[in-house]
Amino acid sequence: MGTIFFLILFPLVVAFVLLVVKADAARGAIVKFAALVIAAGSIFLAVQYFQNGGQYFDFSNETVNYVMMVIEACLAIYIIYTGIKHKKYLASLFAIIQTPLLIWFELTKGHHIQVGSNLYIDRLSMIMALIIGIIGSLICVYALGYMKDFQHHHSGEKDRRPWFFFVMFVFLAAMFGLVTSNNLIWMYFFWEITSLSSFFLIGYTKTKEATNNAFRALIMNLLGGLGFAVGILILGFVYDTIELSTMITYGTMYQGIMAIPAAFLAFAGITKAAQMPFNSWLLGAMVAPTPTSALLHSSTMVKAGVFMIIKLAPCLGMGNFAGLMVMTVGGVTFLMASFAAISQSNAKKVLAYSTIANLGLIVTCGGIGTAGAVWAGIMLIIFHAITKSLLFLCVGTAEHNIGSRDIEDMDGLFGRMPRLATFVMIGIAGMFLAPFGMLISKWASMTAFVDSGNILLVAIICFGSAATAFYWTKWLGKMAAVVAGAENIQQNVHKEEWFVQGTLVVLTIAACLAFPLVSSYMLVPYLEGVFGGLSSMALSADNMIIMCVMVVVVLLLILFFFGKTKKRIVPIYLAGANEGDDLRFHGAMEKPVSVSLRNWHMESYFGEKKMNVIGCSVTAAVIIIGLGLMIGSLVTILTGGAA
Amino acid sequence: MSYVTKSPWVIHYDGSSCNGCDIEVLACLTPMYDVERFGIINTGNPKHADVFLVTGSVNEQNKGVVKQIYEQMPEPKVVVAVGICANNGGIFRECYNIMGGVDTVIPVDVYVPGCAARPEAIIDGVVKGLGVLEEKRKALASGQLTAPAAPEESEQAEEQEAASEENGTEKVEEKEEA
Amino acid sequence: MITTIISVVAYVVLAPLVGGLLAGLDRIVSARMQGRVGPPLLQPFYDVFKLREKEDITVNNVQDFYVTCFFFFVVVTGAFFFAGGDLLLVIFTLTLASVFLIVAAFSSNSPYSQIGAERELLQMMAYEPMVLLTAIGFYMTEGSFKVKDIISGGAMDFLPLVGVFFGFIFILTLKFRKSPFDLSMSHHAHQELVKGLVTEFSGKTMALIEVAHWYENIFLLGFVFLFFANGTIWGAVIGVVVCLLAYFLEVFIDNNFARMKWQVAINSAWLVALILGVINLFIVYLI
Repeated sequence: MGTIFFLILFPLVVAFVLLVVKADAARGAIVKFAALVIAAGSIFLAVQYFQNGGQYFDFSNETVNYVMMVIEACLAIYIIYTGIKHKKYLASLFAIIQTPLLIWFELTKGHHIQVGSNLYIDRLSMIMALIIGIIGSLICVYALGYMKDFQHHHSGEKDRRPWFFFVMFVFLAAMFGLVTSNNLIWMYFFWEITSLSSFFLIGYTKTKEATNNAFRALIMNLLGGLGFAVGILILGFVYDTIELSTMITYGTMYQGIMAIPAAFLAFAGITKAAQMPFNSWLLGAMVAPTPTSALLHSSTMVKAGVFMIIKLAPCLGMGNFAGLMVMTVGGVTFLMASFAAISQSNAKKVLAYSTIANLGLIVTCGGIGTAGAVWAGIMLIIFHAITKSLLFLCVGTAEHNIGSRDIEDMDGLFGRMPRLATFVMIGIAGMFLAPFGMLISKWASMTAFVDSGNILLVAIICFGSAATAFYWTKWLGKMAAVVAGAENIQQNVHKEEWFVQGTLVVLTIAACLAFPLVSSYMLVPYLEGVFGGLSSMALSADNMIIMCVMVVVVLLLILFFFGKTKKRIVPIYLAGANEGDDLRFHGAMEKPVSVSLRNWHMESYFGEKKMNVIGCSVTAAVIIIGLGLMIGSLVTILTGGAA
Repeated sequence: MSYVTKSPWVIHYDGSSCNGCDIEVLACLTPMYDVERFGIINTGNPKHADVFLVTGSVNEQNKGVVKQIYEQMPEPKVVVAVGICANNGGIFRECYNIMGGVDTVIPVDVYVPGCAARPEAIIDGVVKGLGVLEEKRKALASGQLTAPAAPEESEQAEEQEAASEENGTEKVEEKEEA
Repeated sequence: MITTIISVVAYVVLAPLVGGLLAGLDRIVSARMQGRVGPPLLQPFYDVFKLREKEDITVNNVQDFYVTCFFFFVVVTGAFFFAGGDLLLVIFTLTLASVFLIVAAFSSNSPYSQIGAERELLQMMAYEPMVLLTAIGFYMTEGSFKVKDIISGGAMDFLPLVGVFFGFIFILTLKFRKSPFDLSMSHHAHQELVKGLVTEFSGKTMALIEVAHWYENIFLLGFVFLFFANGTIWGAVIGVVVCLLAYFLEVFIDNNFARMKWQVAINSAWLVALILGVINLFIVYLI
């Protein structure tokens, strides 16, 4: 229990220290030290509870509850105030509704509900803690160099970096709290803090666009928070509990019994995981500095949303409307976001859509709620966190060095920044290619979808993965293109950035090699605990071994043969009119013309707007119908009970 | 045994031909003559070609192109000049912009006369070229034949090669660091 | 175990021979359809040996690596398949191989090969759903993704999966790169993209690609075979006959169609996957 407290409180202390430290050197030292401690702490946590697989902690303390309530009230007041100040009344409205609602609940009904254990740790939380602790703190270290450049680029503005790092570390603390809270009211508290932190991070630059997007994120997440609050209320009043573990135990025993609160909590998860129709906040979050995007996309925020849904998986499933709602929303989001990614050329937007798509897949897995699907979902979380953070950080570095985040401007990156291009290529391969991470989980989820018997989802994943391969490969090709005469400019990159990216590359590969172990020592025991019985893994053992062997083979091939040739190197074919430098051809007007190659975006097929309209209207309809049904059945239960 | 004579792939380039010879070259592909019987394929790509069929004379505008296509063909390769214009300029010989036959720009191995050259003659020329091709292959195998690129071109290639070798070793080192 | 090793070795040795012979037959049949005599049966082998005799040139120092990986993983794909492995594993490995080929073309930074690569990518996107649906169809009827189980399964999967079968035959045109969908590279004469995807590959590299295609063709025909294999000799005979029929149907289509636009390729392939594939699977699920 001490480790959990340490992981929640230590980043908080660091955050306050960073708020007052103004000097670059001191901040650098503190952040690096803190990152090391947090990462070590999360590993220690995993080791500590690895043997017994987890534990629930009673820890009931009235003071903590009241402190949380007071902080919650303060935050609500702040939200109401800024909402009015910026004329974003919707944010104020949501805050006005939900916080008093929950405080009233806590003071009346909630006060009498016995909470067996407020905190817990199980294997899923360990995995999440490792992701937050290692990847989250790596991103903080990366942010040191990046924010220095960022400040340099925006030299006219006030240096708000202490605030930036403050929020980053508060975010980490809140995430640790979120994944270890068993008391849903506590979880809600941390949930709201992450919403607010992301609001601050997105609005960091204080431009009009940033502020607007920050408010959009806040409003959507507050709406999710409202769903969360309603879920807690229903749980409290109807089922007389506010414990996650109780809820899940009931859900596992009697399929569908927990469908009503689960639907509302899952709705909160859907908003936080930026599923359609709430995907626009995550896209808007792209205005923030890249470390923010990396943090939001890989280890925190959206991962809180999918964590919630994966956690609730036993209460969902094919058999009830909550499950159907969640899996349909996830599936449609996966398909539409994968399509939309094809039409994008802004690297960060491609990454954003790919995140939304992958989260969609995880949400679908949670919605299906079988052991195999959850196995796939958790694997997706792990691989996605590592690889996506790597890609974001690489794009950030590229942006600072070539002055653009457009994929079309990354021409010849292989020559200009060979190491960075190699990292990006590894990251991209990790996102969709056999035998690397994401594909393994996609494979498992495909099997799980087929087993669930939902043919619609099967079709969705078939078409979605075809689209996924398209947009990643064209980016991969852009990275691999060897453009003549490229000048190497990568010496300007900060050491911290290389270190963090290098570590993530190692982690990407290590995860591919170690995943059978993760599966058999972490996931399978967890799934057996939750779903009971002997969980069969989605992938058979020999297939997992084949995947690992393939990773090794690919690595060896690259190490031994890459970039070695004894052949004579000749110019490319430009219809016999190559000027000799591979960059220009002899034009019709006796003048050299530059060769310029661009990717294919298929705007008329997969236009962003079209995909969003289709995706959002379908998912919105599904959510409205789903929640409507839930409210309807709730009313039936309540009135039926009264009669 | 050598396979280069069994599968000669042809690239056809029209210098400043009146199109007479070009039509005859294409006629070789038709059912009437069917040069695919000898494994001959008309590829549009110098990097895949073994036989360079040039029709028409070479002019100031396209001499670079002829030269480059020739240079981009991997050894062993032969050049067949088809038609009298390709042989020595023909009736265009005295034009202000005409350099003359193909051999003013690149070495020619087989000359096929005619205006226009008949398909039989063209096929005959290519088959004659196969003999040269075989000789060149032997020379290449024994290391006597080196790539006869134009001096400035080959220098450039060497430079490129050197540069890329540097890059290559650099990359490997980086991998090990990571 | 022994039979697995034997079949893998047989595949590695025999596939290029059979694939090359089929390619030779393809050329003869095509020639005859056009009223020509056509090349000798062994012409594809002559071509490959000829390419191996050519000078070693390349446009950069990484291209050959990618192409070699393409070849290697195509062989591995087929080896997984003939070892009786998991169909999804087979498909994903094939995707890996295709990506290597595409990246090889991209790496040259040549306009022709890059456009060819993008078109190849489009073709990949067009056929992938149907290929996946085929594998899933086998899983739904046989209860296993393993080729071994599907082959020895008692029933002939062609009957329940008749829609999927024709869908697969449709995308075979894309996979064999035959007209009307030979967008990325054409086997015939020259085209607007010179040689598309393979423009910058020459000599031994090109030979490797040719042989890889033979391997690929054989293994794709193996997919067709799966529809008929039911563990008996008769199933096997029917399977082989249908494989040959399918192959020559593709040759027939190839010679009777002009190339179509890429829009037609993706629209039709996805429509076929949706109508023949998804609906068939839905019916299988209901039965």
